[in-house]
Amino acid sequence: MQVKTKLHNQALYVLLIGELDESCAPFVRNNLDNLFENEKRFNKVIMDLSQLEFMDSTGIGVMLGRYKKLQHRNIPIYIINPSKQAEKIFQMSGLYDIMPKIS
Amino acid sequence: MKNQIEIKFKSLPENEAFARTCVAAFCLQFNPTLDEIGDIKTAVSEAVTNCVVHAYPNKVGEIVMLLRREQDKLHIVIKDNGVGIADIEQAMSPFYTTKPEEERSGMGFTVMDSFMDSLIVKHNGNKGLIVEMSKRIENKQAV
Ligand SMILES: Nc1ncnc2c1ncn2[C@@H]1O[C@H](COP(=O)(O)OP(=O)(O)OP(=O)(O)O)[C@@H](O)[C@H]1O
Ligand SMILES: [Mg+2]
Repeated sequence: MQVKTKLHNQALYVLLIGELDESCAPFVRNNLDNLFENEKRFNKVIMDLSQLEFMDSTGIGVMLGRYKKLQHRNIPIYIINPSKQAEKIFQMSGLYDIMPKIS
Repeated sequence: MKNQIEIKFKSLPENEAFARTCVAAFCLQFNPTLDEIGDIKTAVSEAVTNCVVHAYPNKVGEIVMLLRREQDKLHIVIKDNGVGIADIEQAMSPFYTTKPEEERSGMGFTVMDSFMDSLIVKHNGNKGLIVEMSKRIENKQAV
């Protein structure tokens, strides 16, 4: 699992690459929290899930946790390019209600 | 046609990906679509992760995964000898989790239920849990 980021026009782009399950959830969690903590110049997060090959309910928890932390700072999360498998999990769990998909 | 394999492995996080790869390989004989493989891998990942996280919280225990083919039907059984569940019906309801402080969403059983055709959860004697799932995989052989 790899996490890549870039800042563009005050949007923080996060690219998740690989399989997000319980074995790498702590890594992804810490990585994103440190990033959100240290990078102050963004007003929204855009998660690119095009290369997220796998995610299960552990990933739902990881996403929800990051949403709650950013919600305190009034920073929304948006999803772009979800892989088919990520799309299914987002649809069925209702995650799209709180982090909408944009194109 | 009938075929069956049974594997026993330790409840280590790195075996979650192993179990997913295993079931995907077993499924190839059904000639499945990528979507079907994705659904099945997700359901297996849920059941195995639950063994790692819940069944054996402070130790490493054993997980048994049984994969069976009966014609166009895939049967999966995942068993542990861990702490078990007192109220299975409650545990299976959406958003129910005993570990909210670890950012668990309580959606594991709901994912298994919606990605497979059937899901049965029962006590493994008086120790641990048995999760049985099945899915029909239509034969899409080229004509
Ligand atoms: N193999 C198991 N042994 C003991 N308890 C289990 C087992 N599997 C599930 N449970 C119990 O059932 C509850 C619900 O499981 P479920 O997979 O739906 O959610 P979760 O694992 O808590 O969260 P999530 O899967 O969304 O990360 C768990 O919180 C746990 O208490
Ligand atoms: Mg679970």
